[in-house]
Amino acid sequence: MSLLEFARGPAIHAALIIMAAGIALRLIGVLVLTRGADLSRPRDAFGNFKGYRTVFSRAWPSGEFTTTTRYQTVVAYLFHIATLLVVLGIVPHIEFITSLTGLSWPALPNFLGVALGTLALASLLALIGRRLAKPAVYNSTLGDYVTWVIVALPLLTGLMAFAHVGPRYETMLALHILSSALLFAYMPFSKLMHAFWFIFSRAQSGLAYAHKGVRI
Amino acid sequence: MPNEPTLGGLLRSQGVSRRAFLKFCSTTASLMALPAGIAPAMAEALSSARRPSVIWLSFQECTGCTEALTRSSAPSIESLMFNFISLDYHHTLQAASGDAAEHAREQAQHDNAGKYLVLVDGSIPLDEHCSTVAGISNLAMLKEACAHAAAVINIGTCSAYGGIPMAKPNPTRAVAVGDIIKDKPIVNVPGCPPMPLAITGVIAQYLTLGRLPELDHLGRPVAFFGENIHDRCYRRPFYDRGEFAETFDDEGARKGWCLYKLGCKAPIAYNACAHIKWNNGVSFPIQSGHGCIGCSEPRFWDMGGIYDSVAKGNFGDGAKLGAAAMAGAAVGAGAAVLARRKKTRVAEEMHGSE
Ligand code: SF4
Ligand code: SF4
Repeated sequence: MSLLEFARGPAIHAALIIMAAGIALRLIGVLVLTRGADLSRPRDAFGNFKGYRTVFSRAWPSGEFTTTTRYQTVVAYLFHIATLLVVLGIVPHIEFITSLTGLSWPALPNFLGVALGTLALASLLALIGRRLAKPAVYNSTLGDYVTWVIVALPLLTGLMAFAHVGPRYETMLALHILSSALLFAYMPFSKLMHAFWFIFSRAQSGLAYAHKGVRI
Repeated sequence: MPNEPTLGGLLRSQGVSRRAFLKFCSTTASLMALPAGIAPAMAEALSSARRPSVIWLSFQECTGCTEALTRSSAPSIESLMFNFISLDYHHTLQAASGDAAEHAREQAQHDNAGKYLVLVDGSIPLDEHCSTVAGISNLAMLKEACAHAAAVINIGTCSAYGGIPMAKPNPTRAVAVGDIIKDKPIVNVPGCPPMPLAITGVIAQYLTLGRLPELDHLGRPVAFFGENIHDRCYRRPFYDRGEFAETFDDEGARKGWCLYKLGCKAPIAYNACAHIKWNNGVSFPIQSGHGCIGCSEPRFWDMGGIYDSVAKGNFGDGAKLGAAAMAGAAVGAGAAVLARRKKTRVAEEMHGSE
C-alpha cells in the first residue's frame, strides 16, 4: 500500500469516523447537561430575543476594545473566511464532499483557490506571531500550539499539492489528506470545537445577561 | 553463425529505410537520455546485432501487451525489432507447441545460460493450479527460466505489479515477478498495455550499450516513466483555470476541457503517453476524450472507480460515518445522564447531611 492509498483509504476513513462520533458525543454530551430554565421574572420583556441576538453581536468586539483587539479581530476574520472559502470552494474538496454526501455546487477558479490558501496561511502565521510576541495577552497553553500546527499542516500541504509545487503530486496529496485526517480526528476533542460551541456559548451568556436586564 | 540474421538485415528485408531506422535510433537515444551523438553508433550496433536469446513467458495475462507491440497497422520498427528478438519461446507467437515448445525453451536456457533475457507478461498465481503451461505451474516456470537469465524485463503492469489478476479480491493470490525473483536485475515496463517504444527502448539500450536503463523507485525506466502525464498534458491550461468537463458529452467535453472530474488519474500517473503518444504518435487517451486510468501505477485497479476523481476518498460509502455519529450521540447522552444523576445525588447527600 502506497502512502496515497493509505491516506485516501483507511486513514481518512478512520479520521472521519472519529470526527463524526466525537462531534456527536461532545455536542449531545454537553447539551443534555443544560440547566433548567431560570424561574425568576425576566427584567427585560425582550430578553430572549436580545439574548439570541448576542450570537451575532458578539461577532465583533464592543467599541471599548476596538483598538486593542483590532489586529487579532481583522487577522482572525481573514483566516476564517479564507479557510472556509478554500475548504468549500475548490474543485478537489467539492469532489470529496460530493462523494460523501451527494451534494455539489460551483467551484471557485483555481487561481482564487491558491490566493485564498496563501491568505489563510499568511494570516495563520500572523496570528501565531502575535501570540508568541505577547505571551501575557494570550496566556497560551501547549494545546494552543499543538492546535496551531494541526491546522497549519493541511493548509501548507494542500497549497503545495494544489499549486503543484514541492515533491511529486501523489506525495503531496497523500500528506495533505493525512494531515487533514489528523485535523478531523483531533477536532472534536480540542478547542477547534469552537466551530460549534460559539453559537451555544454566546447564546447562553446572552440569555443569562438579558434575563437579568444587563445591557449587552 | 554467419547466416544468422542481423537486425539490420531483417529491417532491410522488410523495406525499412536506413533513414527511418536512424530516426528510430535517435528518438530512442533522446528518450533514454543518452548523449545525442550516440544515435549513429547505436544504429550501427543495432543493425549488426545478432538475435539475442529471449524467453518470453506469458502467465496470467490478456495478450494485450503482445498485441500492443505487434498489431500496429503498418509494421513499425518496434514490432519488427520485437519479432527479431522474440523467437526462442513465446506461447502466443511461436509455431511450435507442446513438448517441442518446452524443449526450445530449455534448449535456449541451456545454450545461452547467463546471457538470455527473460521477458514476462502476466502475473504469477501463488495458488499454482490456477495457471499452468504444459503442466508446469507459472511459479515453477518463472523460477526455472530466471535461474540463469541475465536480466528480467516485465512487460506490462501484471508482471510488474500484479495488475488486474491481483486486484481485489485477488482470487488466485497473484503476485508480481519482483515478489518472487530477488536475485536478478529487473526492469518494469508497466502499462495496460505498455507503450511499445518503452519496451523496445529498453531492449535497444541493452543490445547496444549492454546495460539496463536507469530506474525509478518502482523499477521503471526513468526515461519513459520519469514524467508525470498531467505535467505534460495539453489540457493542463484548462485544469489550471478550473475549466472541467462534467460529463463526456457536455460543452466542456466538446471544448476539450480538463477531464479531472471525470476521473483522470494522470496527476498521479507516470508514463510517456502524453508526449510519445500511441499508434505512431497519433493520439493518446486524454486526447481522445477519456481520462487517464493510471495504468502504469501499482494497484491502479483498486484505486477507486475509473470515473472517480483522484480527490475522492477510497473507502466505499459514508455509512460507517452515520453509524459512528449515532454511537457518539448515544455515548454522549449516556454520559450526560450519568453526570446529571451524580449531580442530583451529591445535592441530595449534601441536603441530607445538613
Ligand atoms: S485531463 Fe488529466 S492530465 Fe490533463 S490536465 Fe486534466 S487532470 Fe491533468
Ligand atoms: S494515459 Fe494513462 S491509462 Fe492511458 S495508457 Fe497512458 S498511463 Fe495508461
